[in-house]
Amino acid sequence: MSLWFWVIVACVIGFLTKLLGYLLPRKWLTNPRVARVAGILTIGLLASLTIANTVATGQQLALDARLGALVAAAIALWLRAPFLVVVIVGAAAAAGLRLLGWP
Amino acid sequence: MPTRLRDSPGARVGLSIAIATGLYGISFGALSVASGLDIWQTAALSLLLFSGGSQFAFIGVIAGGGTPVAAASAAALLGIRNAIYGMQLNALLHPRGWRRFAAAHVTIDESLATSTGQSDPLEQRRGFWVAGVGIFVLWNAFTLVGAFAGDALGDPKRWGLDGAAVAAFLGLLWPRLRSREAGAIAVVCALATVVAVPFVPPGIPILVAAVVAAAIGWFGSPRAPEGEGLEPDIDPYRGGDSPGRSTSAAGDT
Repeated sequence: MSLWFWVIVACVIGFLTKLLGYLLPRKWLTNPRVARVAGILTIGLLASLTIANTVATGQQLALDARLGALVAAAIALWLRAPFLVVVIVGAAAAAGLRLLGWP
Repeated sequence: MPTRLRDSPGARVGLSIAIATGLYGISFGALSVASGLDIWQTAALSLLLFSGGSQFAFIGVIAGGGTPVAAASAAALLGIRNAIYGMQLNALLHPRGWRRFAAAHVTIDESLATSTGQSDPLEQRRGFWVAGVGIFVLWNAFTLVGAFAGDALGDPKRWGLDGAAVAAFLGLLWPRLRSREAGAIAVVCALATVVAVPFVPPGIPILVAAVVAAAIGWFGSPRAPEGEGLEPDIDPYRGGDSPGRSTSAAGDT
């Protein structure tokens, strides 16, 4: 039930954030420092989520098949593959490495 | 001169971006179920949160064993750029009444990019609504497809779904790494995460990285280009060999 609660909280905050942009006076958000923080926050969070999903298992660091998925996805992106193909390549790399005996 | 809707360059770009983006709802649906949310919670995120990055952030934290509070926080922080988009689109489209609420809900990377890539006000409006509403419909439909398919797969690790999550986050990050500064920020935040993992509960390392990123943004060099990293996940105007986004009128006239 608690998970449901936070799902709804995330949704409400998400919508209010979007709506805020339509309601606030323009000069508040055109402040270059605010725009820079929003942009850098996006990069930082996505980088953090990427690496956390690659090497973290709970509070432990582990090098396993997910590392292969990261490398394979990077190659696919470098070759300009579309998003869905990148995701499939990542899954295939992890599944394939596990078949070969990687944890 | 106003064109008919079927000849509209804005609507055409919007439709193609809707199909390309809507399809990857499949990966969100499958990953969400694999990370432990049920089908209804998965559907609720796509229907009500409707912001790809934030949705992936939520399930990414849950999958790593983080608390729902940390998941919601990560999703909220990643949604902050939508406030900037909302402000830009408000200045561009001036929606009134109920349309303002509908416009806010379909304000995402792709609808912003489709709209701002057009120069004619009518086409900006058409591009925004066709991309926004089109992605909303398809993203929700394909989320359900992915959720049911993922549910039927059994052990998510056997199918490499944890690897798919890694690839999905890298895919969201990649288009934002156009400058050297962006790459450096990504490396610093990734390092901060790895260092924090053994010392704090799951999910919190992501919030540590958020603090580091916000500090870099706030105190960092004001010479850095404004709006760095606010690029969309998918570039509607990518074509041929030009990697950058076209700011001129339609791509296919």
